[in-house]
Amino acid sequence: MDEPIVKYQDVHKSFGDIEVLKGIDLDIQPAEKVALIGPSGSGKTTIIRMLMTLEEPTMGVIDVGGRNLWQMEKKGEWVRADDSHLHSIRGDIGMVFQHFNLFPHMTILENCMLAPVLVKNESKKEVKATAVEMLEKVGLGDKIDLYPAQLSGGQKQRVAMARALMMRPKVMLFDEVTSALDPELVGEVLEVIRDLAKEGEMAMILVTHEMDFALDIADRVVFLNDGVIEEEGHPEDILVNPKSERLQDFLSRFTVNR
Amino acid sequence: MNWSWTVFFETIPLIAKGLWITVGLTFACYLFAAVFGFFWVFMSRIPSKIVRSIFGWIAEFIRSTPPLVQLFFIFYAWPVIPVVGVSLNPFVAAILGLGIHFSTYMSEVYRSGIESVDKGQWEASTALNLSTRQKWTKIILPQAIPPTIPMLGNYLIIMFKEVPLASTIGVVAMLHIANDYGSQYYKFVEPLTVVALFFLLLSYPSAILISKLEKKYNRKFDKKAMTS
Repeated sequence: MDEPIVKYQDVHKSFGDIEVLKGIDLDIQPAEKVALIGPSGSGKTTIIRMLMTLEEPTMGVIDVGGRNLWQMEKKGEWVRADDSHLHSIRGDIGMVFQHFNLFPHMTILENCMLAPVLVKNESKKEVKATAVEMLEKVGLGDKIDLYPAQLSGGQKQRVAMARALMMRPKVMLFDEVTSALDPELVGEVLEVIRDLAKEGEMAMILVTHEMDFALDIADRVVFLNDGVIEEEGHPEDILVNPKSERLQDFLSRFTVNR
Repeated sequence: MNWSWTVFFETIPLIAKGLWITVGLTFACYLFAAVFGFFWVFMSRIPSKIVRSIFGWIAEFIRSTPPLVQLFFIFYAWPVIPVVGVSLNPFVAAILGLGIHFSTYMSEVYRSGIESVDKGQWEASTALNLSTRQKWTKIILPQAIPPTIPMLGNYLIIMFKEVPLASTIGVVAMLHIANDYGSQYYKFVEPLTVVALFFLLLSYPSAILISKLEKKYNRKFDKKAMTS
């Protein structure tokens, strides 16, 4: 097996007095697709938000490509990571949010071009060509000059994916990306993710309530309960033949179609 | 009282000269206040709680004391303070005094605009690895400032009406000219009426313009900002 691209070691996270994560150990291989499932409040979203540097772990280590994300070495001592340290690692991670978070004052083409031009200093002309290509790939090639408010939820989420892909991350995080969508728009978004998964080279961590989808595209399913990993393994074993009572109970609330 | 149309028409060109000084001073004070307003915003976002509350109190103090007192302090009291004291010409003193006073109001407007930007916008900017500076200049401020333009415009009008305070420290603008004329010929009603008319002539159309701007921005933002 390769060296993992992401490695959580005994990671804890508290918000005030409430401990949301109580010691997470999790390795993600390059190109691996991992689905995180579990009841709300179990800490799924917090796990990926810490990787995106949106939350700082209270304890434990997260490695990205062999580098410690939240601590850095300074004069032989481990100290809290500063902005430039986070900046140097964050480029490997991309994220798609539940509520899209597109920039409303820019067209969708500008949304996609912004970061590559500003952060990677790539030439505007090349970035534009790539952005158009990317938007075509998600089926929005004819809408590049529209503003986010002129799109449906499903379209917005596809733009958000194109925007994140523009940075060519090694790991892409999906935070309940279909939860805010009307049911009839869920399919088009899942379709794009499915295509991405098939392309293969990028690792993906999906926080999701779409069990069929997890079964279909994930290499591994991780069941989180009450801040710990309760059960993990091959999607079939987890979703079709769950062992623990808690997982059986959790899955009984969904209908998994085999 | 005997109203004289002759005096009235005679004072118009005299006071019109002061009008440009009033308008110029208004814009100078406003520019200073607009830029310095950001200073308070950034001070209120510094991680250190002590620094934050110190600057919070200073801003509150400035906001709660009359601008006239501050003008007098800068012009009359500051020069006699040892070491740091500098004596300023009336124009500079007025720009500093009114500018600093109004900057504390402007910062509140900026703050409300910044707080109205969804926290998801910060998170998306982080996820795209933008630097702090890029987040502010490309994402947050372009969304925070446009909805506050009507409020910022109102402060311009309020500022315009406060600028005559500068005549108390010797800035020769409309009010000062009218007052001088009055003391010289013992005719106060006509020149002061002219001053009031000039203020009305500028304030009222500006107010209408601002309410139009307000409507325009409200519409534009409703359309663009909904759940992005």
